[in-house]
Amino acid sequence: MNFEHEETKLDFVKHRNKFFAISGIFLIVGVILLATLGLNLGIDFRSGTTIDVLADETVTADEVIGEFEEIGYSPDDLTLAGDNNEIGRASFIGGLTQEETLEVQSHFEEAYGNTPAVSTVTPIVGEELAKNAIISVLIAAVGIILYVTVRFEFLYGISAIVALFHDALFILVVFSIVQMEVNIPFIAAVLTIVGYSINDTIVTFDRIRENMKFEKKVKDFEDVARVVNKSLVQTLARSINTVLTVVFAAGALFILGGEGLRTFSFALVIGLVAGTYSSLFIAAQVWLVLKSRQLKKVRSRKVQTEQPEA
Amino acid sequence: MKKRKGVKKSLIVVFFAIVIAVGALITMNVSDHANDISLGLDLQGGFEVLYEVEPVDGDSEVNRELLTDTVSALNARIDVLGVSEPNITIEGEDRIRVQLAGVTDQQSARELLSTEARLSFRDTNDVVMMDGSDLVQGGARQNFDPDTNEPIVQVTVDDPTLFEEISREISERQPTGENILAIWLDFDEGDSYEEEILKPEAESKIISDPRVWETIPSRDVVISGNFTVQSAQELAGILNAGALPVELDEIYSNSVGASLGERSMEMAINAGIVGVALIFGYMLVYYRFMGVIAVLTLTAYIYMVLVVFNWMNAVLTLPGIAALILGVGMAVDANIITFERIKDELRSGKTTMSSFRAGSRRSLSTILDANITTILAASVMYVYGTSAVQGFAVMLIVSILTSFITAVFGARLLLGLWVNSRVLNKKPRMFGVKEREISEL
Repeated sequence: MNFEHEETKLDFVKHRNKFFAISGIFLIVGVILLATLGLNLGIDFRSGTTIDVLADETVTADEVIGEFEEIGYSPDDLTLAGDNNEIGRASFIGGLTQEETLEVQSHFEEAYGNTPAVSTVTPIVGEELAKNAIISVLIAAVGIILYVTVRFEFLYGISAIVALFHDALFILVVFSIVQMEVNIPFIAAVLTIVGYSINDTIVTFDRIRENMKFEKKVKDFEDVARVVNKSLVQTLARSINTVLTVVFAAGALFILGGEGLRTFSFALVIGLVAGTYSSLFIAAQVWLVLKSRQLKKVRSRKVQTEQPEA
Repeated sequence: MKKRKGVKKSLIVVFFAIVIAVGALITMNVSDHANDISLGLDLQGGFEVLYEVEPVDGDSEVNRELLTDTVSALNARIDVLGVSEPNITIEGEDRIRVQLAGVTDQQSARELLSTEARLSFRDTNDVVMMDGSDLVQGGARQNFDPDTNEPIVQVTVDDPTLFEEISREISERQPTGENILAIWLDFDEGDSYEEEILKPEAESKIISDPRVWETIPSRDVVISGNFTVQSAQELAGILNAGALPVELDEIYSNSVGASLGERSMEMAINAGIVGVALIFGYMLVYYRFMGVIAVLTLTAYIYMVLVVFNWMNAVLTLPGIAALILGVGMAVDANIITFERIKDELRSGKTTMSSFRAGSRRSLSTILDANITTILAASVMYVYGTSAVQGFAVMLIVSILTSFITAVFGARLLLGLWVNSRVLNKKPRMFGVKEREISEL
């Protein structure tokens, strides 16, 4: 894959309104979904207990439920996991007390020979974590705008942040659609994507900034559009290669990494794809629109100030 | 200036010398470092509890000092369990997180931790003389004996008349050797002084057994003995915690069986090997010779992250492994940015040597800007996150900084040796650039 920017027919800029529309519609539908269907919040965000029992061989849901019922418990939900369905994950809404937990643990130790993993939470912890995550994204966003304003200019910062929120929201929407359980590592994944999205956007912006310097005169929309398109084509190989390598890593974790990392790595893969899409089709294009508007303003101001003199 | 066209073989020799030396270093040390890394409880099994500390009566306030004292008390209890690396941290305003990785008997650990700190003072016949509530809150501290300069513990009792009576009674006990006021933590029915005092210090429920020689008609009591400064501080801490009317509310708990933890780790590592192998393969196919350099620097990168991680005494958790693997992807990005730049320069018709120089220089500011913004995001994560997210953020920051050393400077050094040896002159295909793509200057 080599993208020769001199003779390329690739035109990212021409279709920008379509991209804006696609992302816009997707995100609006997504927000509606989020508001109605919501996220499938895992036990980390609710009050309750999950118990993972590991058996040495394949088990069925009925078998595991039977084991629970033997000691007088009925799980509110039970899912099987593992390559051969040797893990049963039981959820108890409202949670078990410490004595109950110990009873369950010792029962399954005897039955399956492995100590089950037990996790009990009150919703405060998960809610606080989510709240802290949102606060940290907001703080990070302000920090990034400041940094980018100093190193580049304000408009780049704004566009980068638009892309960032696009990506974070994108993951949330996808998770709302597939109804995968959201846990604490999911938050770490969203935060990583925030970091990655910025990283990716900055690399393209860096090229735009460099190419802007080479241009003798950037007067109108056409000029800016040409620079943006050229820069995108130039960084395309890098964008694709980088996202591919990181997707290799995240994809391997998703497929082979086991239950504990599944949500995390799925969120990463989705976010990586969204991040690359947004830096090519959203961030740079938003900047283009903002920049050409700014140029127009400068021009019209010039015209106005020149008139009285004439 | 006209350049000499001769090939400098010495640089190639230097290249292989570096690669072999670093390779030998890695093969010799990697397993040591890998074994030294302490694993989080999600990888080796164990359990963690997050407590909310609440004063029993409404008037006392939860402050930093009270939390530190409670931590000392919890530490003293965990000693009894013989867990090698307990991790007890204060979180936020009023929380304490206890992580016991590798604890085999989770049941007794839970029971032990959740009982409230019950401090009692008993004679050798195990009769209660007084308890934690008879001490003034926060009144115990480590000090030095004004005469001998040895570390001592000072305690303030609530009611001087009560203590005067106790000390009179104990000091008059006969025969000598019975004049002991043992300080117990969590005395249970059936425990006895004779048995407990024979146990090794780390397991004993008796945290100190001072002798009382005379009647003490004062609020301030001094415990002296064979203390070190540290052991005196610990005792003061326990006395304070024992005197504290705190209640520990369990608001989160998580326990992982050892086999489940092992399984998660195995799977994550296998996934990592596959992911990294795919990245290596892709880089070799796409960037040819430069791909070889990328593979070498990435290998060094993984090794260095392990070393730095070990050196920081950080605990490797499942999200940490994920960050490590993701970090490889991030490190590769620095390589990709540089390599793409070099290819650009080659295509514009420059020589191999000047393409390498211009490409390296121009890519640096891009890599800097991109990585600084990511570090910014990771730092915010670290400051506002809790344990799991924090572990991830630390690993991400370590990864980015390390990738800077290997992917930027390491790759530049290694590739520079080859480029400057002139072996690669006029061989754009080695860089994945076809002749027909090169435009005339």
